[in-house]
Amino acid sequence: MNQPLIEIRSAPHVQAAKTVETIMRHVVYSLLPICAFYVFQYGVSALASILVVTAACLLTERFFVGTGTQAGRLSDYSAVITGLLLALTLPPGFPLWMGAVAGIVAIALGKALFGGIGFNVFNPALVGRAFVQAAFPTAIATYTPSFLPGRYTEFIPSTLAWPLMIPADAAAWLKTKNLDALAGATPLAKWKFDGVLANADELLTSLSGNMAVGPAPALILVCGAYLAARRFMDWRIPLAILGSAALTAWLLFAYDATRYPNPFFMLFSGGLILGAVYMATDMATSPVTPKGMWVYGALIGLLTVVIRYYSGLPEGVMYAILIANAASPLIEKITQPVPFGRGVLDRARKRASYPLNPGYISREEASAVTPKKRFLPKKPKK
Amino acid sequence: MKLVSYFRGEAFQRGVHPPSCKLTADRMIRRMPFPDRVSVPLSQHIGKLPRPVVRVGQEVVRGQPIARSDEWLSVPHHAPLTGVVEFIGLRPGMRGTWIESIVIRAHAGATQEDLWGRSRDLSQASGQDILQAIWDTGMVGLGGAAFPTHAKLSVPKQAKVHTLVVNGCECEPYLTCDHRIMIEHADDLIVGTRYAMRATGAVRAIIGVEDNKPDAVATLRQAIAGARSGGAFPEGEIHVEAVPTKYPQGSEKMLIMALFGAEMPAGGLPIALGMVVSNVGTLAALGKLLPAGQGLTERVVTVTGSGVARPGDYRVILGTPLKFVLDYAGVPAVDALDARQVILGGPMMGQAIGSLEVPITKGVSGVLVFRHEDMAAREGRQTYPCIKCGECVESCPMGLNPSTLGMLAAKREYDLMGEKFFLGDCFECGCCTYVCPSNIPLVQQFRVAKQILRERAV
Repeated sequence: MNQPLIEIRSAPHVQAAKTVETIMRHVVYSLLPICAFYVFQYGVSALASILVVTAACLLTERFFVGTGTQAGRLSDYSAVITGLLLALTLPPGFPLWMGAVAGIVAIALGKALFGGIGFNVFNPALVGRAFVQAAFPTAIATYTPSFLPGRYTEFIPSTLAWPLMIPADAAAWLKTKNLDALAGATPLAKWKFDGVLANADELLTSLSGNMAVGPAPALILVCGAYLAARRFMDWRIPLAILGSAALTAWLLFAYDATRYPNPFFMLFSGGLILGAVYMATDMATSPVTPKGMWVYGALIGLLTVVIRYYSGLPEGVMYAILIANAASPLIEKITQPVPFGRGVLDRARKRASYPLNPGYISREEASAVTPKKRFLPKKPKK
Repeated sequence: MKLVSYFRGEAFQRGVHPPSCKLTADRMIRRMPFPDRVSVPLSQHIGKLPRPVVRVGQEVVRGQPIARSDEWLSVPHHAPLTGVVEFIGLRPGMRGTWIESIVIRAHAGATQEDLWGRSRDLSQASGQDILQAIWDTGMVGLGGAAFPTHAKLSVPKQAKVHTLVVNGCECEPYLTCDHRIMIEHADDLIVGTRYAMRATGAVRAIIGVEDNKPDAVATLRQAIAGARSGGAFPEGEIHVEAVPTKYPQGSEKMLIMALFGAEMPAGGLPIALGMVVSNVGTLAALGKLLPAGQGLTERVVTVTGSGVARPGDYRVILGTPLKFVLDYAGVPAVDALDARQVILGGPMMGQAIGSLEVPITKGVSGVLVFRHEDMAAREGRQTYPCIKCGECVESCPMGLNPSTLGMLAAKREYDLMGEKFFLGDCFECGCCTYVCPSNIPLVQQFRVAKQILRERAV
């Protein structure tokens, strides 16, 4: 050694390949098919919305990272995820300037305020969405049906509204397309205000025309399954949300089938699937403990159904997730894991190879005893 | 993942699967030549230091005791070389400090045979005699912890041991010395196991081997069947068991969980369950040294890593300078090596060294050398704040919450870590740091926190 370098590393000297960037990048990859489907449904308006909202998020992130008020880097893709998710939760004809406001608020108030990646208490995309829901209640409730003719060449008129101007009336525009205003209502709003239930297959694939729905839940589930299989997302949270929502909805449905819709409608209408797979699983805002993840998911599912049934709003996923985000530190506190050797002892005695105490005490007997169960399947079974 | 691990039949919950990188698993153990000069540190083990019983200028024979102690938790050291004691004083140690060592210069013409040991018959010896004989060999745990073996195998009066667990897991990536010992020295291992059973009073011994070493399992089973052909062992039965491969299986708590499905109570020793755990390398060495009446003067070291041209398991005499080892194993341009590239032990728990003059000691199971390129990739990683992904909670074999512990450590809330979050249960396996996508040095922080808590407790 020429230079005595006084830098001694401490073990471990190897590390797994997964980094924050790879996790976030794969979430973005898995969101791309969903975004493509959204553009396929709503054409150029949806594309413009996705691009503007994501750009707003990235520019805001760049500003805060650049000024040093926020941890992380622009290249960690987390702002891209926020932008894409936010765009997917907004109506397709949402005015672009409002979308930009939503994106700026999402990063500034939802993330940078808390210190950047990892420190945020609430899911930034939902913070942005909650802000515009309060600020622009009409625009965010104005949906247009999917698969309109000419959607690739013509913007929905409200999309191109000037900043601070009232957007064009969607109902009047729909009339020119020979559609009534009801066609622009989401399945949840139709059920809530008109008592009309959409069919299961329509909801699952989102492929039937003239419905105001988001990307297909089936597609979202497939993309989520990819993430869960690669372990870029925890599978417990979506499972807990969907299970608890289905259970609550089923109990109510069994109690009074005329008043409450079937659980299937509950699961696949609105943003529940997108929320369960992509929003609630945001790592920073969900508990780290495995038990806590189940509690957190169950809380979201329960709250979603309760808000949808008993409040004035047709949709409840956003508020359910935000409430559960706020509760997640408390959930974590009561669900700390039990350390090895401190809980109920001898959990796995049944599948062990050897009895804990040999059944013999003298050495002469010892040779008569052979172990019963083995770990390896290739060994002969007794 | 509890459910998944149950259906997979995994041995213990959580843990990680680092790439095994056992480059040297198929290579025979070879003897490394004797260096001109060895430096034997007095501190090679956990416990009290022995004191030198030779003086500068004295001629010593290979195997002759050069340091002794009357303390129970201490071991003697033996001369690894026939030669002259050249120096007794401070030399570089593996922890970065200079420690008291005995430097011996080899006689150029010596055959370097162990002329000191006298073979003896221990077949009728009592357990106490065997413990005394083990103490005289200077044996410590060769797996890495370097706890004096006679102390480990001695059973307190009020306790009773029924099972000797022999740890052949070798869960650390890269290391293969125990693997090769199980294959090439299976008979020694059986002899050593029988001595250990006699010393502890155990009535059965179970050798736990990870299932990525099926050849070792087969060899051991064959060797046991061969040794038993003359009649059952009077000490009791010896079983060989394959356990599913997973890091850190080699921890005694995890191994006992894998074999018996029992959680060792927190803060307890295996003796609370009537067990004693020992490493295969230790027992194989005992099996060879005890009948020969020799002392521990050499051990098998895995020299491997991407920067080694001739990786392999080498039989190295204690005190050999690292520079000599690396030179022999074909590390190009040893002098230009950066201290950060060389690791003593395995990549998960081993330690980086401060100097290439550091000698091989009793607790060194491997020497890893990484290339600069591999180092650069790791050092270039960005550190992020904790994104609370929960990977560390999913991987901690002790069921702790490293995420919260890490945040508390950053705020220096060491007392809270110890009281509420069971920091004392952490055995520093490094799984949390291994999986952390944010590149947070979790286990490193826990080491600091534990050290500070220890100092406060004093």
